[in-house]
Amino acid sequence: MPEKKATSPKPQASSEKSSHVAPGGTAPTSEKPMTITAGKAGDIGGLVSVKIDDIDIKVPFGTTILEAAKTVGIRIPTLCYHEDLCLAGVCRICVVEVSKQRTLQTACTFPVTEPVTVSTTSQRVRQSRRHVLDLLLSKHYGECYSCFRNNNCELQALAKEYGVDFFRFGHPDKPRFEIDRSSYSVVRDMNKCVLCRRCVRTCIDLQSVGVLTAAHRSDKTKIETFLDRPLADVICINCGQCINRCPTGALRAKDPSDEIWAAIDDPKKHVVMQTAPSPRAAMGEEFDLPPGTSVTQEMNTAIRRAGFDMVFDTNTTADLTIIEEGTELLTRLYKALVKKEEAFVPQFTSCSPGWVKFIEHFYPEWLPHVSSCKSPQQMFGALIKSYYAQKQNIDPADIVSVSLMPCSAKKFEANRPEMRSTGFKDVDFGLTTREMAQMIKEAGVDLPHMPKTHFDLPFGDASGAGLIFGASGGVMEAAIRTVIEVVTGLKAEQVFTDANVIPVRGFEGVKYMEIKVPQTGPMLDLFKPLIKKGRLGKDWTWLNGATLKVAVAHGTANARKVMEDIKAGGKFAGCHFIEFMACPGGCIGGGGQPIPTSPSIRAARAKAIYAEDMGLALRKSHENPHVIKLYEEFLTDGPCGEQSHKYLHTHYTPRGDYLV
Amino acid sequence: MASVIHIMERYEAGSGLKKALAMSRTDVIRQIRESGIRGRGGAGFPTAVKWNLCAVAQSPKKFIVCNADEGEPGTFKDRLLLTERPEVLLDGITIGGYAIGARLGVIYLRAEYAYMKPGLEAALAARRENKLLGKKVLGKDFDFDIEIRMGAGAYVCGEETALIESLEGSRGEPRNRPPYPVNTGLVGAPTAVNNVETLIACAQILVKGPDWFKKLGTDVSTGSKLLSISGDCRRPGVYEVGFGTSLKDILKLVEGEGAKAVQVGGASGRTVPAKQFGRKLGFEDLATGGSVIVIGPQRDMLGVAENFLEFFVEESCGQCTPCREGNPKLLEGVRLLKRGKCSVGYLRELQNLGRTMQAASKCGLGQSSANAFLDITEHFRSEILGRVPATKE
Ligand SMILES: Cc1cc2nc3c(=O)[nH]c(=O)nc-3n(C[C@H](O)[C@H](O)[C@H](O)COP(=O)(O)O)c2cc1C
Ligand code: SF4
Ligand code: SF4
Ligand code: SF4
Ligand code: SF4
Ligand code: FES
Repeated sequence: MPEKKATSPKPQASSEKSSHVAPGGTAPTSEKPMTITAGKAGDIGGLVSVKIDDIDIKVPFGTTILEAAKTVGIRIPTLCYHEDLCLAGVCRICVVEVSKQRTLQTACTFPVTEPVTVSTTSQRVRQSRRHVLDLLLSKHYGECYSCFRNNNCELQALAKEYGVDFFRFGHPDKPRFEIDRSSYSVVRDMNKCVLCRRCVRTCIDLQSVGVLTAAHRSDKTKIETFLDRPLADVICINCGQCINRCPTGALRAKDPSDEIWAAIDDPKKHVVMQTAPSPRAAMGEEFDLPPGTSVTQEMNTAIRRAGFDMVFDTNTTADLTIIEEGTELLTRLYKALVKKEEAFVPQFTSCSPGWVKFIEHFYPEWLPHVSSCKSPQQMFGALIKSYYAQKQNIDPADIVSVSLMPCSAKKFEANRPEMRSTGFKDVDFGLTTREMAQMIKEAGVDLPHMPKTHFDLPFGDASGAGLIFGASGGVMEAAIRTVIEVVTGLKAEQVFTDANVIPVRGFEGVKYMEIKVPQTGPMLDLFKPLIKKGRLGKDWTWLNGATLKVAVAHGTANARKVMEDIKAGGKFAGCHFIEFMACPGGCIGGGGQPIPTSPSIRAARAKAIYAEDMGLALRKSHENPHVIKLYEEFLTDGPCGEQSHKYLHTHYTPRGDYLV
Repeated sequence: MASVIHIMERYEAGSGLKKALAMSRTDVIRQIRESGIRGRGGAGFPTAVKWNLCAVAQSPKKFIVCNADEGEPGTFKDRLLLTERPEVLLDGITIGGYAIGARLGVIYLRAEYAYMKPGLEAALAARRENKLLGKKVLGKDFDFDIEIRMGAGAYVCGEETALIESLEGSRGEPRNRPPYPVNTGLVGAPTAVNNVETLIACAQILVKGPDWFKKLGTDVSTGSKLLSISGDCRRPGVYEVGFGTSLKDILKLVEGEGAKAVQVGGASGRTVPAKQFGRKLGFEDLATGGSVIVIGPQRDMLGVAENFLEFFVEESCGQCTPCREGNPKLLEGVRLLKRGKCSVGYLRELQNLGRTMQAASKCGLGQSSANAFLDITEHFRSEILGRVPATKE
């Protein structure tokens, strides 16, 4: 008889353990997701009665008390619980009385498998919650005024909610730990840590990296890296997912805004901003707008008012990436299918620096599959200090190039030594959505009420294809729109309704799609130099009737699944092109985005991006006039040509267990 | 009342197993149920219920684990059983494995007992030789083997879910319950975790019958209990007594009369003051995993509390807030009391905190670590309050 299982109805994080073993140690393991085996067959799928504070409801077998309470509008406080993560049950703030149980039970973990009566308000419950807070505060060193989570901190909010008016069990007056600022991306201040382990679970369950673990016991317990090394000295992919799920100010991104203010205040400096597609769909949240409110053009104005000289759209180089990476894909396919030479197919995307560092560490032997294209951020950076500087006659030494990114890994990427194709750093500072919002506030600018303005020339506004890079599947969709048109001569709309490639959208961890090439069309002039070099044929007939197989993975735990499948020669090994994004949901869920994050918040942001794309006239990268002009004026030997290779392409470091 | 010889009676190796294998699994569990035996590891969960839950769980894999982590301060009765009665224990594990449908039993052996491992391994080898283990045990359609796995010294790993985590190679931290191990245990499979003494008693019950077992004890707490008795008495050691024996009788037995308190159940147990020495051992009143510590009149009760709390501050796994942060606060409070620096108001706060720890901690460690503090501050109030602060601080 097969084993009957009922899992909690809410999707739970994968419990995939990191297969990486840190030098000399084993990867930490996370708490296991809960599986409940039913006693009786009838229990499964059935409804169970629960009485919560005199409200009678029926919930599906296995629903937690927390979820059940939510459905009837009863709020139970939580701290270690996070919708994206498996259950820990460690903070004990969510305790409730449950019938037949001697002790209090944690609502976040307790599954309803038989009728129970729950009280969320007893004296014991109130006192316990207050004590948990008192105890956490007795160890918490930090000043709310000077904390980036001020007014957006779960600990602070609970202290207010539970009426903490004095420190019952004391309060530290000096820090116990040194702040770790070693990483380019993530700053760790363990004095503010409440040991909820959300970061640990994030890094293992969602990201499959396993940087962080609970070390030591009892009151010496501390979240540590391997051997408590500085974060820069362990294998961290800088994704910042831990930051987004930390309830307190213990984790934050490294903030460069002081240096940027200094540049803004320096009259000699020309401070240029490029903005990635995702921040615009999330920045509103920092100004109390509901998730999913797009503020693109208000933001443009606000950024200029904060003192930036120019605001460009990273979507422009997203469009450029599609041309370059799409061309690279076609040349690889030509090499593999026509010339029958090793061409390292499937090609992997390279726009997510968290993913790039992940593969450098965990699958270094697969690096030849990664597109040599720089990420859109770095492409733009290189163009600003070359093409733009020449065109505007500005000394690149005087340009300070800042990028507004949803991402903390972009900070690390900007500091990669290989990202200096102009002799200067392509990008001087990567700024997160949160940090930009802070700068805008600091400048006294009320973003939601700003007049709308366009992006600045010479790059102007970009295509919807560049915009959807922000959501998981977006790069793939943008590439498909372009490749289909280029190869078949058809309009993308003739192949996909409204040119929307639905199968690659959404939040399923790994997505897969097959596209049949219905016909082939004429060769574009753009590819002439490549034909001359023998990297492409005179026509596309070799692709006629072919089936393109593509896949999309987001969150590096899912990336690991795909990579393991490829290694085992599974379905994904037969793909031609795979999009990998380090962050769950893609960039809209990036480690630099507004806090909190949740599946519904990410869905709202993605919806905003897709809606904006639908509203644009220009929705395909290869139709972006500014990109076409770029090839005419600057990248004159075409996509994947020498000029393009100098500025827009890069190489990778097989790191394995090593840091460099 | 004197000590008894009950589960320590003579036992012929393999005899209980032979009887068990001649019965159906349900009949084995029925025998155990009729004996009324409850877990000897401390929590006192009815063993038949545990085995039955495992037996009816649908799973291709099941395990029985013998908890030989014996870490409770003042307990050493499993040490005696492991060295003097290994054959009965191995029979008990095999019988339990048969009853629940497991094919593997695991002995989780306390790190400090590593010296016993070679002897136990030899006993296992001999049993394989004698068809008491291995494929087709005693020629029946039952494959079963036993492995020994070493603990690494953490007290909390005696808690059954932390023990399972430890067996799986993870940090020894208790799991959320439910689901319980009988449902989702070792590598997710139904698992029965039983104390050494429980398993030995079960083997004896199969040979001698439930009625023999029930000759001793009370209605609620049937049978006998091995006690590790230490502290301020003239005759410390391991004793077997029937459940229902009073503390007064026990003190007589070990020549510890004149004690001012008895700690029943180890550091996590209850501190019973002299005026309550009429209280009896048993699940209905004073439950114990076996530790009885006699506290003589010369002892400072704050010193006793301090000693226990130091232990918990060391041994808390650090996972959950009340236990991780609460124990150090109680310890700090005891030290303040010792120096006459704890106000009555703050003592009340700490007592409330102790009750929070009992109610809101994740596992038995945090749920019981405040017991001694609460008992001592309640029963020895005049002794602990009003100490004169030392002149020099
Ligand atoms: C902190 C802690 C330590 C424990 N240590 C032991 C132990 O060393 N030996 C033991 O048998 N049970 C120990 N237990 C009890 C076990 O969790 C479990 O209840 C017991 O092994 C079940 O066996 P039983 O039903 O036969 O008593 C401990 C419990 C806690 C909370
Ligand atoms: S982490 Fe929260 S409670 Fe702590 S200082 Fe920052 S805002 Fe205040
Ligand atoms: S930044 Fe990413 S990889 Fe690094 S510790 Fe945080 S979650 Fe883990
Ligand atoms: S760093 Fe943040 S997320 Fe990690 S345990 Fe501490 S408080 Fe929780
Ligand atoms: S009560 Fe103590 S030992 Fe048990 S889980 Fe909590 S911190 Fe760990
Ligand atoms: S939120 Fe339930 S234990 Fe932390």
